[in-house]
Amino acid sequence: MTLDFAPVWGGLPELLKGTVVTIEVTAAAFLLSAVLGLLVGIIRLNPARRVLYGIASAYVAFIRGTPLLVQLFLLFFGLPQFGILLPAMLCGVIGLGIYSGSYVSEVVRGAIQSIDRGQMEAARSLGMSYREAMWEVVLPQAFRRMLPPLGNETIALIKNSALVSLLTIDDVMREGQRIISTSFRALEVYIAVALIYFVLTNAATWILRQLEKRLTVERG
Amino acid sequence: MIEIRNVYKSFGSTEVLKDVSLTVPPSRTTVVIGPSGSGKSTLLRCCNCLEIADRGEIRINHRTIIADGKPLPDKELNALRAETGMVFQSFNLFPHMTTVENVMRAPVVVRGMAKAEARELAMGLLRKVGLDDKADVYPSTLSGGQKQRAAIARALAMKPKVMLFDEPTSALDPELVGEVLQVMKTLAEEGMTMMVVTHEMGFAREVADTVVVMADGRIVESGSPEQIFTNPVQERTRGFLRALVDGHLAGARPQPVADDPLDTLPGNH
Repeated sequence: MTLDFAPVWGGLPELLKGTVVTIEVTAAAFLLSAVLGLLVGIIRLNPARRVLYGIASAYVAFIRGTPLLVQLFLLFFGLPQFGILLPAMLCGVIGLGIYSGSYVSEVVRGAIQSIDRGQMEAARSLGMSYREAMWEVVLPQAFRRMLPPLGNETIALIKNSALVSLLTIDDVMREGQRIISTSFRALEVYIAVALIYFVLTNAATWILRQLEKRLTVERG
Repeated sequence: MIEIRNVYKSFGSTEVLKDVSLTVPPSRTTVVIGPSGSGKSTLLRCCNCLEIADRGEIRINHRTIIADGKPLPDKELNALRAETGMVFQSFNLFPHMTTVENVMRAPVVVRGMAKAEARELAMGLLRKVGLDDKADVYPSTLSGGQKQRAAIARALAMKPKVMLFDEPTSALDPELVGEVLQVMKTLAEEGMTMMVVTHEMGFAREVADTVVVMADGRIVESGSPEQIFTNPVQERTRGFLRALVDGHLAGARPQPVADDPLDTLPGNH
């Protein structure tokens, strides 16, 4: 058996176009998951607010307890039954963002809870409101502790984004499949696709590590 | 001034405060002493609602901060807390801010003070506690005594009318205790209303206007330092002071009851 990478070279423009789409989907989903994760993580700090806490906990339990693929299909194939027809790209971003957000919320909650109680107490004793104390004192410290686990989440998010190819989004995965359907060189094309994901995940890891380093240096 | 009336507090089934009443008069220093677990720190923390008293009433400068388990609404509570400085045993400086940022942050956030003005205020306070040369370093590089002085400056930045000290020197190496006590003594002399929970008997003796002895969640005795240290009425007080002296003689407690650690200080800061 010989390997023939000619179809990969020939299809490179499409693969790169797909890579850009993958990056777009992932980046948008990342933003959504960060906002969602922050909100849900903070809500889940306080069981006394029963309704909000209940909704947030149900969200985390449901999303973490069901497959991402099923969630994506619910958005893409299920919602139209209610007359809600979202563009594929939007479904992909929302699905991935909601999914990743549930994990990020646990990262956020854990990091906040790991900050010494005295920090919140000191901020409150100075007259800061809960929100001010959270924003000024607790979150900046918690953020640094979130970075390593957030790196894992980002890697998972990038890899999980391959599933949106099943929603007809032309990401790098789907572009690869398209090349295979005409060239029948599955092995070579999937190797190329895998390499592209590998580069993306490691680039993301590198960026987060630089951020972590900078935050450490800044504090002397 | 602080007025504590018939305050009760339990943690689970443990009653920590049992019908405690105490008045900290304005411009006076009231020192609360007593064995560990006597409830003195809890009492102090109830005064700015870091702990919620179950029953009774606490008034700060004639305003009720909590009555019968119901604290003030959040907004008013924040305003009252801003006027009530608190110094913690473990300093609780904000590690992600420099010393001067620690001091100036609350005036900026809570009072909406302009940054330049807040920095000026903070630098003045750091000078007062002898830390102006440490303004731009992070707290991790400060000694324990410097951290606690910075924490005092941070509390003073809100121009509090009352200061609460929760064992401010208990986490310090013995040789660093004096510099913190000196700052507190200066504050007391300037007429700050202070409530101090401490094991520093020398400080209590020299600076306190009133010494309050707590045991088992109750105030067992209160009076002038002379009365408490030389002629205590209650057996509990005698037992506690005796234990302190014994502990000192046994080397367990480095702070002497008789000698004053302030005397050994190298000048004023």
